[in-house]
Amino acid sequence: MARRGHGGRLVLMTTVDVAPGRLATVNPVAKLAAALVIAVGLVLSVDWVSAATALILEVVLLLALRVPLRTMLVRSAMVALAAALTAVTILLYGESSGVVHWHFLLVTVSDGSITLAVATFLRVLAIALPSVLLFVGTEPTELADGLGQVLRLPARFVLGALAGVRLVGLLAQDWRYLGYARRARGVADQARIRRAAGQAFALLVSAIRRGSTLATAMEARGFGAHPTRTWARPSPFGRREAALIAAAFVIVAVAIATSVATGHWNLIASR
Amino acid sequence: MSTSPSGGVSVSAQGWHWRHAGRSQWACRDLSLSIEPGERVLLLGASGSGKSTVLHGLAGLLDSGEDGDQAGQLLVDGASPSTRRSRIGMVLQNPDSQVILSRVGDDVAFGMENFAVERPAIWPRVRRALTAVGLDLPLARSTSALSGGQQQRLALAGVLAMNPGLILLDEPTANLDPAGVVEVRDAVAAAAAATGATLVVVEHRTAVWLPVVDRVVVLGEGGQVVADGPPEVTLQRERDLLRRAGVWVPGDELPPLTRRHRPGATLLEAAHLSVGYHGGESSHDLGFHVDRGSVTVVTGPNGAGKSALALTLGGLLPPQGGTLTADGAFAPTPRRRSPVAWKSRELLTRIGSVFQNPEHQFLTATVRDELALGPRALKRDETAVAEVCDSLLERLRLTHLAEVNPYTLSGGEQRRLSVATVLATAPGLVILDEPTFGQDRNTWEQLVRLLAEMADEGTAVVAVTHDLDFAGLLADQRVDLGSWHVEATADASC
Repeated sequence: MARRGHGGRLVLMTTVDVAPGRLATVNPVAKLAAALVIAVGLVLSVDWVSAATALILEVVLLLALRVPLRTMLVRSAMVALAAALTAVTILLYGESSGVVHWHFLLVTVSDGSITLAVATFLRVLAIALPSVLLFVGTEPTELADGLGQVLRLPARFVLGALAGVRLVGLLAQDWRYLGYARRARGVADQARIRRAAGQAFALLVSAIRRGSTLATAMEARGFGAHPTRTWARPSPFGRREAALIAAAFVIVAVAIATSVATGHWNLIASR
Repeated sequence: MSTSPSGGVSVSAQGWHWRHAGRSQWACRDLSLSIEPGERVLLLGASGSGKSTVLHGLAGLLDSGEDGDQAGQLLVDGASPSTRRSRIGMVLQNPDSQVILSRVGDDVAFGMENFAVERPAIWPRVRRALTAVGLDLPLARSTSALSGGQQQRLALAGVLAMNPGLILLDEPTANLDPAGVVEVRDAVAAAAAATGATLVVVEHRTAVWLPVVDRVVVLGEGGQVVADGPPEVTLQRERDLLRRAGVWVPGDELPPLTRRHRPGATLLEAAHLSVGYHGGESSHDLGFHVDRGSVTVVTGPNGAGKSALALTLGGLLPPQGGTLTADGAFAPTPRRRSPVAWKSRELLTRIGSVFQNPEHQFLTATVRDELALGPRALKRDETAVAEVCDSLLERLRLTHLAEVNPYTLSGGEQRRLSVATVLATAPGLVILDEPTFGQDRNTWEQLVRLLAEMADEGTAVVAVTHDLDFAGLLADQRVDLGSWHVEATADASC
């Protein structure tokens, strides 16, 4: 059941729904670029120093942007869990070197694998944290506006993707109705897994049907009728956006410089 | 490009044929028609006469080759409709399938963006269009929270705001209450008058649109024009023809219906029942019983939980509170009295559910398999299954469509099929959610007669509906969900 939408605020000129923090009004394209800069900068090495430096600077940046600490912790919980799982795997099975602390069948915990696990944990966090948090309160619609107006990606691609994202939300509703239908039609008594498989196939079919009716609905409202289109919502790209991207570059530069200076820099390609 | 050419465009069809891909018969055959710029046309015809196909064709949505085959000519503004889409706006039949963006304001603006309207002009037009169709919601309201009626108004606002030269509407008011219907009709008429746009409306309920159209065109079975002229004169002259075609002619009386109402044993009893979806709001404290041979009609405003009640009675959704108890003789075992605890196969012969959207319940690839699904789940032998299918195909006039994919049927055919699939296992209780929604008069009357017949034969029938004529003819008992949270949804009461 769709919940009733957020408050009854009448917004006059545009419909931008301002989320808390300064980030909400930053162009999503800038957020995307910043997250990309950090990700590219951090996959170059596997040492713990650059990752830890970047992570600390990211938290400072996010706090400066007034992202509440609570939001940061909640949103990053899943990321931390994923990072921890990766780290544990590397701890147990990673390339061993130095003192071996524990050995059992294929499992070897050594100084080398401990260092590598810590470095990996920090790195996954440092790469994923900005990607997750920069997009807190970002509407897909605004990202699409930015991709179309700032990056000038083809409207057909951008709006198709945007409409597709909305459909994903409808799939949950469709799944429930498919379940009702199968039960009402007398075919829901099979084993759980078989039933889910059949229902998943039906969901796929309904998703395709929804996709094609949506395409028809878009065309019925003139989508693609003109060679060009206008954009109802502006997608401003100014100093704040440039500053955010610059901050990302600074984070990466400081992280790499610290790592090189302390002799921990360990370029992936050189291994 | 902010000043798109205004005024209406002309429409002309010369021997136009259309056949959907994979079908052997033409959906529309030999249509010849000419509509002048600015004319307002009400397009009538039986369910399956190709009205929707004609509208899709005019909107440039049918791609010859990929979607089907075309013969003859269909022209908008003297050219192929697909090259004139920048002058055309269309509201499709199913409101649920045409919400495009996630916020109300953005969705209305979408069509104008495509028509290359400059930004400063867009937002005032968004607000004007929303006000005109009676959808006074914040622009940032999420579109997924809208009721069916609100979605329909939203789609209309999106098309009217585009100022198209040709407005095409496929049953634009099917989901609205009587007051909403008039409001929306007036909004359409005003928009057409202001821009001089050509208007083509398909709608079964003629009375509403007659005052604002200046021409009525009636399509026959195959899609040819069988009557054409000014509204009053044409309706008077062609009254019999229209009635046969299933059109609701104003002033027509409801069919006489004699019931042999002999209520039998109670099948289900609701006590302090509250219904709703998990995590959502729920209606509460309903008390009534459902008897054999009796028709129970459930009414109430949109969002009152009517569909949730239908699902709960159908054993598909657990009650949120209170009890729903089946009679000991009706339940599969005396210990399992609550329908939601029954097995799927046990429901088949006891409670049949007909969903609001027939497409939600189709699970197979042909009409015949769809009918056979229930009996096969009960492990009936194939000769018995074939017998049941044949008699139902015959009874609901679907024989010629036996091998067709259910999804490609027209709205009326889909509705008949969804009722037939339930009848195939002869349940003691049949629950229908908005069975007459969007049906032409013939299908409507057949449904009413079929349900009356079923009840007289001893089946218990529960129908959730907005349709007052339907309720007036059939109801032996009424359950009104009333206004248990009308305040919360004052803006959703359409």
